[in-house]
Amino acid sequence: MGEALLSISNLNKRFDTAGGHIQALQNINLHVQEGEFITVIGPSGCGKSTLLRIVAGLDSNYSGSVTLEGAEIRGPGIDKGFIFQEHRLFPWLTVEKNIASDLPLSNKEVRRKVDELIELVKLKGFEKSYPRELSGGMAQRVAIARALLRNPKILLLDEPFGALDAFTRAHMQSVLLDIWRTNRTTMIFVTHDIDEAVFLGNRVVILEPRPGKISRIVPVDLPYPRKKTTTSFQELRLRVLNYFEKVDELELMDGAGI
Amino acid sequence: MANRAIAARSTGRPGKAATLGLGLLLPGSVIILWQMLGHYGIISEMLFPTPYTIADSFITLASSGDLWINLRISVARALSGFLLGGGLGLFFGILVGLFRRSEKLLDPSLQMIRMIPSLAVVPLFILWFGIGEESKVLLIAKGAFFPLYINTFMGIRGVDNKLFEVSRVLGFSRVKQILRLVLPAAVPYIMLGVRLSLGLSWLGLVVAELIASTSGIGYMMSDARQFADTPVVFVGIIIFALAGLLSDTIVRLIERRLLRWERGMTS
Repeated sequence: MGEALLSISNLNKRFDTAGGHIQALQNINLHVQEGEFITVIGPSGCGKSTLLRIVAGLDSNYSGSVTLEGAEIRGPGIDKGFIFQEHRLFPWLTVEKNIASDLPLSNKEVRRKVDELIELVKLKGFEKSYPRELSGGMAQRVAIARALLRNPKILLLDEPFGALDAFTRAHMQSVLLDIWRTNRTTMIFVTHDIDEAVFLGNRVVILEPRPGKISRIVPVDLPYPRKKTTTSFQELRLRVLNYFEKVDELELMDGAGI
Repeated sequence: MANRAIAARSTGRPGKAATLGLGLLLPGSVIILWQMLGHYGIISEMLFPTPYTIADSFITLASSGDLWINLRISVARALSGFLLGGGLGLFFGILVGLFRRSEKLLDPSLQMIRMIPSLAVVPLFILWFGIGEESKVLLIAKGAFFPLYINTFMGIRGVDNKLFEVSRVLGFSRVKQILRLVLPAAVPYIMLGVRLSLGLSWLGLVVAELIASTSGIGYMMSDARQFADTPVVFVGIIIFALAGLLSDTIVRLIERRLLRWERGMTS
């Protein structure tokens, strides 16, 4: 293992509110290698979205160090692609123009890459559609293509399939894995779905809440494409689930102590 | 999807004609009733000339050419007032919307001017500019300025914060943030402002021409009033109604084109 692509060291994040402060993230250490697919899982309020926003440069109010290719992260930029839970497409632009956004489609190179990406996210025939005319899954695929056009060093996904129905979600997971295996883009994928986390990730990072900290990192060495019905998959899933139950027990004991 | 669009269009045609017929039912009946009441002397021909008399008066005015000369003058006034006032409203709306500092500098003064009724400044404008074109165009411009100013300002301030975050993640420059995000997002508001401004331009025109003028449709009307030529007054009212309707329709067509993305797949 060489130098990590993304290094998070001793990261602490605090929200100051009227009623005191809340420790959102406590002493987070995570090193992501190039080409890895990291999934981050935890109950709501564990700070997983906050962690992702810090890596994206959308939140710079923290202590500790977050570096991408050795350089401290300063603000958002195209080297860190970000997929939000909602598609957040520009409603007045067609699919192809949304993917290009601020880049001119009249440029041959941009045109070629946009066409390639439309092929990759399987949206051929919808180039001229407006976001309103797309289903949730299709719109999210456009958002992924829009991020990929900028050749990000890392793609950050914040519960991107959370709002989709189960079938579309399963389809999107395999589309994303296809993209990952074709482009080898490093991914950090935040979710609250254990199946999704185990199905997608090389490593599953388990966060526990109040204060948000990493309770465990579970390596998933099942070969791709994975099948959710296999025994090995189910075993791993149960292992992850077990950690959560332990967290719950600890919380209960804490509660009893007070 | 294409099939559905065709189906909607083919079923839409007769529906449209039926709607139009329904819309014409009420004004049509009123006109017929009006004609009959006038014809049998139930209402005063002097105060309520019959539709036939009005049409007759319209033909006389049109064939003498008076109507067209006055109409051209009025349209030129309304349009230049609208372009001047609306253009400035758009410009200041963008300026004040984009920069908080210019909001603090300009908005209080502009809001103060907004509160002055247009009619109250007419004497001043006449003193300054006489009853020439300048005072009329400026009066119209004052009316047209504010709807565009306020709506542009609100449109720019109303841009979704979530899309702002997207523009930061996509690395938009400040200029591109304005051109590719803020202005397109404000277009629905700006178009609403255009429609309201245009309406106020016609209103301002009537005020300006009725009060102090020697030409234009409004002058034609106030002149006819002096001679108790009621049919001409009615012709003027109808002309204003038609001109207002026409300009609003044109803006709505432009709006439909610009805001294609707002309409869904069906309806």
